[in-house]
Amino acid sequence: MQAVGADKLLELRVDSKTYRSAKNASIEVLRDFAFELAAGSFACLVGPSGCGKTTILRIAAGLDRDFQGARRISPSTRVAMVFQEPHLLPWRTVEDNIRIAMDAASATGAIGEWLERFDLVEQRRQYAGELSLGQARRVAIARAISVGPDLLLLDEPLVSLDETVAARLRGELRAIAESRKLGILLVTHDLAEAIELSDRLLFLGGKPACVVLERELSMPRNRRDRRTVAALVDEIAGQMNGH
Amino acid sequence: MARLLSLGVVIVLWTVLAAAVDSPLLPGPVAVGEALLRDAGSLALPYHLACTLLRVIAAFAVAFSLGMAAGFAMGKWGLVDRIGDPWLVILLNLPALVTIILAYVWIGLNETAAVVAVALNKFPNVVVLTREGTRALSPELEDVAQVFCLSGPARIRHIVLPQLAPYLAAAFRSGISITWKIVLVVELIGRPNGVGFVLGSAFSLFDMVTIFAYSIAFIAIMLAVESLIVQPLERNASSWRRQAA
Repeated sequence: MQAVGADKLLELRVDSKTYRSAKNASIEVLRDFAFELAAGSFACLVGPSGCGKTTILRIAAGLDRDFQGARRISPSTRVAMVFQEPHLLPWRTVEDNIRIAMDAASATGAIGEWLERFDLVEQRRQYAGELSLGQARRVAIARAISVGPDLLLLDEPLVSLDETVAARLRGELRAIAESRKLGILLVTHDLAEAIELSDRLLFLGGKPACVVLERELSMPRNRRDRRTVAALVDEIAGQMNGH
Repeated sequence: MARLLSLGVVIVLWTVLAAAVDSPLLPGPVAVGEALLRDAGSLALPYHLACTLLRVIAAFAVAFSLGMAAGFAMGKWGLVDRIGDPWLVILLNLPALVTIILAYVWIGLNETAAVVAVALNKFPNVVVLTREGTRALSPELEDVAQVFCLSGPARIRHIVLPQLAPYLAAAFRSGISITWKIVLVVELIGRPNGVGFVLGSAFSLFDMVTIFAYSIAFIAIMLAVESLIVQPLERNASSWRRQAA
């Protein structure tokens, strides 16, 4: 399913992206942002809120085509996304929310397995509108992963979850990154989360925003315990301040 | 229970009033009931009721399917809205009688004209409500549909229709009553059968018993449609909404 001849899943070049404000003034949010993602890699976009991370993700997903630059992605690449809000269909059950996405992608695999992995078996027949935020986020992640994506885009999927649930879902994301050769792009403002999960960190900053610091993380994920992560957070935060 | 009680009070009042007045212009429930049974037995009542009902259904189906399509297009694309809006305002303000007369004059005194006239009266209302619903469609769910590559039919079934359902239910509910009222006028003016036709000829004979009998029979049918079809449909469509805990 990967792009022919190359390991590159996605090539993105945003020379400039502007929004038109309500007063009809144009605001440039991104300039000279270039990014590529290979199959099997896990990249993380880190930056303060409002800096344009979600915009990049929407451009990467093909939802926003109004920008100067280029997006190259093979048409056979299956994309899935977890939005900042779960965006489930409230009038469908948990099971149907996942099934509708799977059917559209003609994904194979048992739905029960996904429900079990994300601890949703008891909620399977509940309407998505009746779920708590934590449950809805789990459904949104299960929905995205169940379609068997080549490229998985995650927009702050774990924000405002309690730490136990977030830790469990981080574990799931790690497992998926290890077990399948897919490209993952995660947007977050939580540096520790980024270090724990990804193998490449891109820091966004400035106005209009661009990449201010890039950092590879080659250490295997299973060796990133709490202390190592904390040390790296300190180190990188120091670098950012010196920047 | 309260409903039955209030209905019972009306019937009692009617009986008392009719007995007090004692005039052929206000027949009592017994006389009307006899007329109902007589015409039901001769199959005249079911025949005319069926004619009217079929016209209601045909006009309703036409108005609804065309109105939904037009309303969706107007809600979705600004250009279509700007082109269609003046026509919509004209149709909304056109008196039912004018459409009926024009349809009979231009199309002829036939079934097509009758159905077209009624459908044209209901159509703008469906357009307005569908347009409102379409404007309120969630762009976030549209994004979901796009990212997960939902097919056209899947989008309509899982994303668009559930969001339009409350608007369509409102159009359905207001539509069913408006439609049958206009169908009666259409029948009165230019059809040889149906409840409107019977009421028209009974009026010219001052036959109040028949007028009461047919009115009541048709109102009973519309009440049954409301409680056996419309309300269950509404309940079903909104069952996903969070139950009051």
